[in-house]
Amino acid sequence: MSPNVIALLPEIVLTITGVLVMLIEAVLTPGTSRKSLGWFAILGTIASGAAAFYQLQFGTVQAYSGSIQIDAFSVFFHVLIAAVVLVTLLGSLDYFHGHATHAGEYFALSLFGAVGMMLMTCSVELLMVFIGLEISSISTYIMAGFRKGQATGSESSIKYFLLGSFATAFFLYGIALAFGATGSTSIAAIAAGLGSSATPLMAFMALAMIIIGIGFKVSAAPFHVWTPDVYQGAPAPVVGLMSTAPKAAAFAVLLRITFSGFPGFEPRWALLIGIIAVLSMTIGNLGALLQKDVKRMLAYSSIAHAGYLLVAFTAFPKDAIASAAFYIATYSAMNVGAFAVITQVSGYDETSRTAEDFTGLALRRPVMAALLTFFLLSLIGIPFTGGFFGKFYVFSAAIGAGHIWIAVLGLANSGFACFYYLRLIAALYTKSLKDVTTAGEDIAHPFTATTIPAGIGLTLAAAATLILGILPGQVLQLAQRAGTTSLAPVEKASMPVIEVK
Amino acid sequence: MELALFIIFGLIAVAGALNFLFQRHPINSALSLVTVMMSLAVLYWSLGAEFLAAAQVIVYSGAIMVLFVFVIMLLNAGEEERTTGSRMAYIAGFPGAAAIFCLLSFVFLTERKALGNANIGGYLNNFTSNISEISTVLFTKLLLPFEVTSVLILVAILGAVVLARKEQ
Repeated sequence: MSPNVIALLPEIVLTITGVLVMLIEAVLTPGTSRKSLGWFAILGTIASGAAAFYQLQFGTVQAYSGSIQIDAFSVFFHVLIAAVVLVTLLGSLDYFHGHATHAGEYFALSLFGAVGMMLMTCSVELLMVFIGLEISSISTYIMAGFRKGQATGSESSIKYFLLGSFATAFFLYGIALAFGATGSTSIAAIAAGLGSSATPLMAFMALAMIIIGIGFKVSAAPFHVWTPDVYQGAPAPVVGLMSTAPKAAAFAVLLRITFSGFPGFEPRWALLIGIIAVLSMTIGNLGALLQKDVKRMLAYSSIAHAGYLLVAFTAFPKDAIASAAFYIATYSAMNVGAFAVITQVSGYDETSRTAEDFTGLALRRPVMAALLTFFLLSLIGIPFTGGFFGKFYVFSAAIGAGHIWIAVLGLANSGFACFYYLRLIAALYTKSLKDVTTAGEDIAHPFTATTIPAGIGLTLAAAATLILGILPGQVLQLAQRAGTTSLAPVEKASMPVIEVK
Repeated sequence: MELALFIIFGLIAVAGALNFLFQRHPINSALSLVTVMMSLAVLYWSLGAEFLAAAQVIVYSGAIMVLFVFVIMLLNAGEEERTTGSRMAYIAGFPGAAAIFCLLSFVFLTERKALGNANIGGYLNNFTSNISEISTVLFTKLLLPFEVTSVLILVAILGAVVLARKEQ
């Protein structure tokens, strides 16, 4: 196999699977179940994750004239994205039961979206990043509006599309300015050209624009306004996907651009990102406190988590990349898990929306309530959950670089955040008034059994959250390797011939 | 010559953009957008970007605007209804837009010496046509982004199908 093919293997596998799903969907008789297509998409996702693992043995390889770079960093994010898509697909296999109209397209769009996100994480050329960003964004815009019968669904999709396009324009303008200032769109060449650039101010404007564009995508304050409305209206499994995987990809891009592309400007962008981090944490937690709708609350919580993650950027480069990568992994595991539970509990028509609807869930569906409790505890950052170690590494990395004030603000914020998570947990275990009046015959909450694929998905998410909380060693090691390799300069002979035995 | 061209077509572009905003009928707005696109094409050409100017005319004025006009005709859209607009747009939107405009102008003006001047018909002066440069880069260094754009278009088509199809 040529090195170009090997470097792009996970994306190629996913694209072929996506195209096949799309083509088979067209010949299936309308109205029949699309579950087999879903299983096929799941197989493709697993194969793509395996392909990413396979790339790990080759070390750092650049392909396609230096547009993409395969290293431990890209493998880490590839596997993470494949895992998130896998859990989401498992959780949504039975989601379209009785609404099978577009299930096939849904699976295809998830796969294509994953292709875009994966391309973002492995590209070291800003134009490639842009194309990847657009692929992932457009597929999530459409998936956000998948329940066409509901007005909130269309609102969510349109809002996400308009604001997302606006953000992309900022990102693109940043690329153009970076090209103007350094004469290249390749991240390594930007870093090299930065020192001798005759227009340093323009280069800094370029970086600021890129940070704004990425800030929108990861819903960091003050670019977060779209988040609650979009998350509220979009289908629950889609929210699980779009609150984790595209954000992971966007953070990967930001890590590469800041630490590898603009290392010379570090004090300036560290301050800028530090301010965004503090704003996101505070606005996210204050906003979450006021929400009654559980999905809106989790939307604000994801804004706060974007803030915690941005704290990592103030640390020393190696610690920053390692701790940020680890935090993204834990955040993805617990958030995708929380939304998988919500998918199971409230179903396609979203019967359970507010905290009141979730009251007494432990009596009706004890396993679901226990899982949701576990994910919420992890989002707080209780020990023995992934969230604890994630926060621990991020804040200790920031303290290690001497940024004590931001770590203190972060800790205060995560303490404050306990309140609204615990309020929901308490509601889960309270006997609701409705249950008392209807005496066990609960009409408002029809019991729907959890299917096997959804159960597998939930188990995967819970296991990942637990393992990251108890035995973080392996993942942390890979994250640290990601940090080291993405910072190491690539030798000129960047296209070694790989012999496949 | 460059300056005169720049001032004339710059003014036409701004006037077209303002007309685009203030017209109440969608067709009039669409047609003034064509004016903006065409005068931008002239500006690009006068800055020595021949390829961009040609692409601007073909893609924007040709393909996209024709599509816009078709959609407006098909929807039979009448005069728009004016609302008072959101208060946030006045409080945050206009100052924000003005601030970004000022910031960018400041950056370009401070660094105008380093940025240099553009010459009309760039390739006439130093004999490097940027069309051949672009094609070389597009099919060598940027081959992957160029090819992967096909996935992007595929996703967009798939999305259009999903959004347009009726629920059963």
